[in-house]
Amino acid sequence: MQFLNFEKHIADLEGKVKELTGLDLVGEKSENNDNEISKLKEKIGGLIKKTYEKLSPWQITLVARHPERPHFIDYLDILVSDFQILSGDRSFSEDRAVIAGIGTFHSRSVMIIGQEKGFDTDSRLKHNFGMVKPEGFRKIARLLKLADKFGLPIITFVDTAGAYPGIGAEERGQAEAIAQCIKTSLEVKVPFISVIIGEGGSGGALALATSDKVLMLQNSIYSVISPEGCASILWRDNDKAEEAAESLGLTANFLKNKGVIDTIIAEPTGGAHRDHHSTIRNVYDAILQELNELINISPDDLLLKRQEKFLRYGRI
Amino acid sequence: MSWLSKFVKPKIHALVKKIEVPNNLWVKCLGCEQMVYNKDLKETYSVCPTCGFHLRLSSTDRMDWILDEGTHREIEISDVVFDPLKFKDKKKYSDRIKEAKSKSNQNDAIFLRSGTIGGQKAVVAVMDFEFMGGSMGSAVGEGIITAAEKAIDINSALVIFTSSGGARMQEGIFSLMQLPRTIIAVNKLKDENIPYIVVLTDPTTGGVTASFAMLGDVTFAEPGALIGFAGPRVIQSTVRETLPEGFQTAEYIYEHGMVDEVVPRSKLKLKIANVIRHLSNNNVGNSARA
Repeated sequence: MQFLNFEKHIADLEGKVKELTGLDLVGEKSENNDNEISKLKEKIGGLIKKTYEKLSPWQITLVARHPERPHFIDYLDILVSDFQILSGDRSFSEDRAVIAGIGTFHSRSVMIIGQEKGFDTDSRLKHNFGMVKPEGFRKIARLLKLADKFGLPIITFVDTAGAYPGIGAEERGQAEAIAQCIKTSLEVKVPFISVIIGEGGSGGALALATSDKVLMLQNSIYSVISPEGCASILWRDNDKAEEAAESLGLTANFLKNKGVIDTIIAEPTGGAHRDHHSTIRNVYDAILQELNELINISPDDLLLKRQEKFLRYGRI
Repeated sequence: MSWLSKFVKPKIHALVKKIEVPNNLWVKCLGCEQMVYNKDLKETYSVCPTCGFHLRLSSTDRMDWILDEGTHREIEISDVVFDPLKFKDKKKYSDRIKEAKSKSNQNDAIFLRSGTIGGQKAVVAVMDFEFMGGSMGSAVGEGIITAAEKAIDINSALVIFTSSGGARMQEGIFSLMQLPRTIIAVNKLKDENIPYIVVLTDPTTGGVTASFAMLGDVTFAEPGALIGFAGPRVIQSTVRETLPEGFQTAEYIYEHGMVDEVVPRSKLKLKIANVIRHLSNNNVGNSARA
C-alpha cells in the first residue's frame, strides 16, 4: 500500500513488521518475533486511529486522492447487478471519464452514472484521469433525461479533479455542456442521489451533484477550486496549498455544517483505501436509506424541493 | 507618464493598471497602440476610432449606453450571506470586499436596471469586471435571480452583459452553488416565454460560462472578447502545446458554434432591440401571453 507523507511513522512500523515476518519465512521463526509482531501491529492500529481522528483539510485532500481508494468501478461491480452500459453523446463521441448505465440496485432498476479516474497508466489514459469532456457531460444529460422518461431513480458517483481543460474541450463548448448538464439535473422528476467518493472538483463535480441528496464519504473533498489552484491564484504561491485547503472549507464536516451536503458516510479507520469492503458496504447502506425516503415523494414535489434547496445557498 | 507606462508594453500595462477613461485626456488603444482622444472614445463607447478595437467599458458607462435615456429604473438586490467562510488568504476577504466597494461605488460585481432598449422593454444586468474580477459569489447569484424575477414580474426581456473571471473562490462552495441557483433563475424565464439575451463581453470565463451565460435564447459576443471555461494558462499547462491563434476569442468560439453573432458595440443596441421585438411578438402558439 502507498503511504501518504503524514503516515511516515506508520510506514516505518509496517516496514519493521515486514522485516520480522520476512525472518519468519527464512526459518528464523521464534516466539520473540511473534510477540514483537503482534505488539507492533497493535501499535500501528493505535497510530492509524490517532492520526485519522484529526486529519487536517490538506491531509483529507491527500486521502481523497489516494490512488488505492475504491473507485467508481469498484462500487459498480458490487452494488449493481444486471448492468447494461450506456455510452455516447449521439453527436461527437464517447467519453470514458464517465461510465453510465442501467442496472439493479437493491432489487430496483436505477440509472447509475459515475466518474472513473483509472487505476494504472493504461486505464488512467483511457478514462482521461476522470476529467470529463463536453461529450461526457452531454452523455450524462442525455441519460438523465432517459432516466426521467422511464422513472428510474438516478445515482451518481463523483470522483474528479475537475472538468477537462483542453483545446478540443473548449472548442466543443465545455462550459455550455456543464451548464446544460446542471440544467437537466434541475428538471428531472425522479429521485436523484449523488455520492462524492473522492475528489469533488468544481463544475465537473457539480454537473453530477445537483441532486436531491448529496452524500459524502468522510475523507472526500468538494470544492470550487483545488487547493493548489486557489493557492496559485490568491497566494501566488503553489506551496500554500495547505493553507488554501484550510481556508476553502472543502471537508465533509464543514460542508455538512453549512448545509451544502446532506449526509456524511463513515470510512473505516485509516481511510477507505485500507478497507474497500466496509467502505462500499457503508455507501450501500447510506444510498439505500436515502432512496427509501425519496421514492415516497411525488415527482413534482421532488423537483420543487430540489430547486428550493439550491436557491437557498447564499440567502440570509 | 510614469516610468512604468514608458517601459511596459501597453497590453501588459493594461493588466497592471486600469485605464481610467474619464480622467485622462489621451488613452493608448490596446489594439493599434495609437493614442486616442478620450472624448472620441466616450462617443464611440470605448471602441477605438482608428482600428475598431473594443476596449473594456465600465459597468456604469455600459448601463448608461444600453438603456434609452430617461427610462432607467434602479432594481435593488437583497443582501446575501456575507463572507460565509470567514475567508482569508494574504488578505481578509471582508477587507477585499470593502476595498472593492469603496473603489467602485457598487455593492458587488453586478447591478441591475429596467428600462427600454430601442423602445423595447428590458431588465438589464451588467457585470462589473473591475469588482474583484467580476467573480460570482452569492451576491451575483442573487442579482441574476432578482433580474429574472423582475423580468417575469414586469413581463419584459432579460438582457445580461457578462464579464467575469469565474466563481468567487473566497466564498468556497457557496460560489459553486451559484451555478445551479442562476440556472434555476433563467430556467424560470423559459417557462414564462420571456426572451433572455446574453451578451458575452471581455472576459467571460469559468463558473459564469458554465451556468447562466451559456443558456441564453440568443447569445451575442463583443469582438475580441476572451470567452471560455478554463483559462488559457490552465489549458496551456495541461496540454503543453501552443494554443491555436485567436483561441477563446469571440470570433473563435463563433466559428465553433457557441454564439449567434459577434456584434460590434455600435450595432449591439439595434440588434438587441430587434431580437426582443421578434421574440416578444404575439407569435404562433404564444397567444396565452398577455
